[in-house]
Amino acid sequence: MEQVIANGLYLGAQYALIALGLTLIFALMNVLNFAHGQMYVLGGFVTYTIYGQLKLPFVLALICSGVTLAIVGALMEKFLFRTVIRRSKREESTMLLAAATAFFLDAIMLLLFGEKQRGVPKIISGVFVSDRVILPYDRIVVGVVAILMIAAFMLFMQYSKPGRAMRALAQDRVAAQLMGVKVERYSMIGFALGAMLAGVVGGLLVSITGVNSGIGGPISIKAFLMVMIGGAGVVGGAIAGGFILGMMESVGLATLREYGDITYLVIFALLMIFLSIRPHGLMGKPWG
Amino acid sequence: MRKSRTATLRIVSAILFLLALLVAVPLLISATGRSDLYYTLTSVALLSIISAGVWITFYIGRINIGQGAYALMGGYVSAILVMNYGVSFWLTLPLAGLFCAAASVLIGLPILRLRGVYFAMVTLVLTEVARLLALALPITNGASGIVSIPLPTGISLFGLTLVPGFATVANPRLAFYIVAVLLMALCFLGLYRLAHSRIGQLCQSLQQNEELASSIGVNIAYLRVIAYALSSFLGGVGGAMFASISQSIYPSSFTVADSVNFMLNCFLGGLGYVLGPMLGTFVLYFGWDLLFQTGEFQLLIFSTLLIVLMLVLPNGLLSLALPRKRSL
Repeated sequence: MEQVIANGLYLGAQYALIALGLTLIFALMNVLNFAHGQMYVLGGFVTYTIYGQLKLPFVLALICSGVTLAIVGALMEKFLFRTVIRRSKREESTMLLAAATAFFLDAIMLLLFGEKQRGVPKIISGVFVSDRVILPYDRIVVGVVAILMIAAFMLFMQYSKPGRAMRALAQDRVAAQLMGVKVERYSMIGFALGAMLAGVVGGLLVSITGVNSGIGGPISIKAFLMVMIGGAGVVGGAIAGGFILGMMESVGLATLREYGDITYLVIFALLMIFLSIRPHGLMGKPWG
Repeated sequence: MRKSRTATLRIVSAILFLLALLVAVPLLISATGRSDLYYTLTSVALLSIISAGVWITFYIGRINIGQGAYALMGGYVSAILVMNYGVSFWLTLPLAGLFCAAASVLIGLPILRLRGVYFAMVTLVLTEVARLLALALPITNGASGIVSIPLPTGISLFGLTLVPGFATVANPRLAFYIVAVLLMALCFLGLYRLAHSRIGQLCQSLQQNEELASSIGVNIAYLRVIAYALSSFLGGVGGAMFASISQSIYPSSFTVADSVNFMLNCFLGGLGYVLGPMLGTFVLYFGWDLLFQTGEFQLLIFSTLLIVLMLVLPNGLLSLALPRKRSL
C-alpha cells in the first residue's frame, strides 16, 4: 500500500508539472496546445544530447532544455499563434495551428534524433529500501525536484510582477490591457514559460524512462486528462489533476493487474462519469 | 427570379460534377493506366464523408476530435455482422451507422453539456477509449483485429440483379469507387439540405449563443444530440465502408491522429462552407500522397505547408474563392 502511494506521488509530481504548462498556455491565450507532448519530447532530447552525448552535468542539461523550449515557445507565440488569432474569424483555428505545430515538431525530431528509444546514464544509482517502500534514489530526486519546481512556479505566479500580470491576463484580457498590462509581451512570456515547464519535465524524465520521438501524442492526451480533471486554465486544478491521475494510475496498475491492460479504460470511464456531474472539472470556471 | 436561376445553376453544376466523377475520372484513369488512383480517390470520398460528420458538430459550435471512435465502431459493427452473423454488407452499412448514432446519443447526453476545449478534450479521449475497448473486448479479437472480411455480395430483387457481387465483378476497385462517390454525393446533398433547412438555422443559433437560443425557445439539448447523432452516423457509415474495402479492421485502424485529421479537413476547407470538408480532405490527402516522394522530409514539408496555409488563410481554403459571401 505505501509502495502504491509512493509511486503515485512520484508520478503525480511529474504529471502536475506537465499539466501546469498546458493550463498556463490555455489560461492566457485560450489555446489548447496540442504540441505540448512534443515540447516535452524535445526537452528530453536536448537533455539526452547534452548529458548523455556530451557528458556535461545533468543540471546544465536541464537548464538548456528549459531555455531551448522557452525560446521555441516564445517564437511560436510571436510568429504563429498571435498572427492566426488576429486574422481568424473563429478562435478554434488555433487548434489547427497547434496540431500542425505538433506534426512539425514531430517531423523535426524524427529527422534530428531518429526513432530509436534513447536513454541516459542514471543520475544517482542506488535504491532506497525500507520495510514498506522500495524506491530508486533517482526517482526520489526527480520527484523532489518536480515538487520544488511546482512550488517555485506557484510562488512566481503569486508574488512576482510578471506572475501578477499573467494572472490578471487570465482573468480578463481586456481589463488587464486597460490597466496597462502589456498583453502581447506577457502572452509571449506565458507561452515561453509553459513550454519551458514541458521541456524541463522532459529533461527530468529522460534520466528515468528515456525518450523516443513517438511519445509526444500520448503525453499530450495524458496532459489533457489532468487538465479536464482539475479544470482548464486553473493552476490549482492542474496540480490536483496531475496528482489525482498519478495516484489513479498507480492504484490501477496495482489492483487491476490480473484483468489485463485496462487501467486507462477504467480511468476514462470514471472521467466520463465525473464530467457528467462536474462538467468543468474540480476547479474550472464555467466558460467554454 | 434571380434566386431560381442561381438554384438551377447550382443543381446543374452539381450534376456535372457528379458526372465528371463517375464517368470522366474512370475514363481518364483507364487511359493513363493509373488504377492505383482508384484507391486514393475512394479513400478521399469516404474520408470526406467522415469529415462531414465532424463538420456537423462544428456547425453547432462544438469541436469534435472523437470521430475516429465512431469510424472504428462502425467498422467493427459491420465486420462483426458480416463475419459472425452472415448479414449482407449492404444491410450492415446503415446498421453500423445506426449503431453509432445510438451509441453517440448515450455518450452525447452527458458530454454535450461541455463546451469549447472541454468538449474537444473529452472527444479526443473518446478516440483513445474506442481503441482500448477494441483491444479489450473479446468480440473484437484484440490486437490481431478482424481480417479477410469477404467482399460485399450482390443485391437482387425479384431475381433482378441490382448490384452485382463485388467478388464477381472484373474490377472491384472501380465498383468501390462508384459506391463511395455515390455515398459522398448523397451525404453532401443531405448536408446541404440540412444546412439550409430550419434545423440548420437553429443549429447556427447554437453556434452563436446557446443561452440566447434557449431563451427564445429553441430546444438546445435535443438539437445538439440530434446533430451529434447525425455526425456519428456518418462516421459509422464511413468506417464500415473502409473496413469492407481494406477487408480488415484493427484497433489501430482509426487512431487519435485520424480523429485530428478529420478535424483538420474541416478547418482546411473552411468551417463556413458545406463543401469545406470535401475540399479539405481532397487537398490534405492528395498533398500527403504527393509528398510521399520526398521520403523522410514528407512530414516536415507537409506540416510546414499546413502552418503556412493557416497563417495565410486562417478561415479555410474556400474563403479564397467565396470571399464576400457571408459564412453560411
